[in-house]
Amino acid sequence: MSGRIFLFGDDIDTDQLAPGQYMRGGIEALAAHCLEATRPAFSVDVQPGDIIVAGRNFGTGSSREQAVEALLYLQVAGVVALSFAGIFYRNAVNLGLPVLIAPSIDGAKDGDKASLQLTSSVLNLSDKNNDIALEPMPKNLQEIIESGGLVQYLKKRLAV
Amino acid sequence: MQQTLAQKIIARAAGLKYVTPGEVVTANVDLAMIHDSGGPRRVAPILRDLGVGLWNKDKVFLVSDHFVPGDTEEASAILALTRDWARETGVRFLDGQGICHVVLPESGQLQPGMFAVGGDSHSPTGGAMGAFMFGIGATEMAGVLATGEIWVKVPETILIEWTGRLCDGLMAKDIMLALCGKLGMDGGKYQAVEYTGDAIKSLSMQERMTLANMTAELGGQTGLIAPDGVTTDFLRSVGGDIPNISGLYSDTQAPVLEHYLFDATSLAPQVAAPHSPANAMPASDAENTSIDVAYVGACTGAKYEDLKAAARILKGRRVSDGVELLVAPSSKRDQDRAAEDGIMAIFEAAGAKVLPNACGICAGYGTQRLAADVTCISSTARNFKGRMGDVTSQVWLGSPLTVAAAAVVGHIIDPREMLL
Repeated sequence: MSGRIFLFGDDIDTDQLAPGQYMRGGIEALAAHCLEATRPAFSVDVQPGDIIVAGRNFGTGSSREQAVEALLYLQVAGVVALSFAGIFYRNAVNLGLPVLIAPSIDGAKDGDKASLQLTSSVLNLSDKNNDIALEPMPKNLQEIIESGGLVQYLKKRLAV
Repeated sequence: MQQTLAQKIIARAAGLKYVTPGEVVTANVDLAMIHDSGGPRRVAPILRDLGVGLWNKDKVFLVSDHFVPGDTEEASAILALTRDWARETGVRFLDGQGICHVVLPESGQLQPGMFAVGGDSHSPTGGAMGAFMFGIGATEMAGVLATGEIWVKVPETILIEWTGRLCDGLMAKDIMLALCGKLGMDGGKYQAVEYTGDAIKSLSMQERMTLANMTAELGGQTGLIAPDGVTTDFLRSVGGDIPNISGLYSDTQAPVLEHYLFDATSLAPQVAAPHSPANAMPASDAENTSIDVAYVGACTGAKYEDLKAAARILKGRRVSDGVELLVAPSSKRDQDRAAEDGIMAIFEAAGAKVLPNACGICAGYGTQRLAADVTCISSTARNFKGRMGDVTSQVWLGSPLTVAAAAVVGHIIDPREMLL
């Protein structure tokens, strides 16, 4: 699945992803405000399959899973970043959102067409010369993501 | 084999003699803390879906704090759900007593050497007690509640040593803001951060909690302070069991990832500019910044000792015209103590408005939030854009002393100029 790149800087925090003000409501209302502090029209502009590319420490802050859930609700294909905050990374795996570490994001441009390959760990860009090889995710984590998150993964395993 | 405190605690919890950094182990959880936001409303549906109950209700602590006082229909519905679940499951429940990271240690149940998880990013606060405690999301928490286990990649230890002694007018918050400035919000690399040195050892338990708490802002998985006499004295004071703390320290030759050395004696009061704790600078460098709201609140900024510190500045003074001073004591116990000691009376005489014992404006979940274009100085942990209010609001962080001083003069100032 391909989409467009939404480029962000360092330290994108969980209050931007899931603003506290909307935490008492459902995910639909919350997702409508996802990332609006940085990019006011994000939730309107983003389309299924679009990819977030960001700098260091993506998801810093709270342990709220809604930070991941909002991106899933908006059908973001995944997040590619120079690094992730620890709790966010674990939450993303547990809810089934692909999160991949890039050694550099220099070739990625905002609005550029791209597609994210989880199994081969590549971010394909419109200019093939700039394709970004990503750090492969450990196989067991990939399996959890491909199952749609930890709960689905456990159900599948328990059913066998 | 020489091991760090983090390794020792994980090895014990995993039933192993020793563990190596980088190794992934499954460990038994000694205590799991959840609150009204990430707790029952999120974990109960998962447990129902999986068709399982709690592994041990006596090891689960539930606290209501994020949606207290329930000032909207939705918030009060979440609190009702939380209370119902507490009744159904029989877990330990601290309802409306204050913020989880403060009321858990106050219960005396969090013990040195424990391997504990919390459904909140500031869970490293437990490291002040010498417990390996870290924050997790609701799905992982559901797994812990069902099985009593969690996997953990054994962290490296980043040793942060502060020598010397803090000068009068300086607090743990100043140390932490300085660290955020020096190391950045990912300086902790999701590893174990251990605080050591004479300046740390001489901190009281509540000051240690401030430090360990904000390991979250440093990006560490957990923040540890080796237990000592301060720890056992604190546990005695809250009526907890007095643990055997022998062996609960990092061996002197245990390899660490990084070892930072800082001098506390030369540290000046710090503030962090909007919108990151890493924007730290000496308060004197921001002295022209005028403020509209001063907030003494949150787990990391309104405990008894934080209130006492702010009252040192506020005593016999009034809040500056046009400035609103808000105080949300971290726990009912701390507020009661502060009332007995005349501290709350000082706040009231200065013109402060007292808010409920809850996460309040720091979490930004309620109706009380900062209005557009307001500049606030706050003793809380995070000043992310839009967290405490409108996206145009500007939040500076500082110690309770620095917040109180700014409230009195109407602008940021080095609080040492106002100590009596």
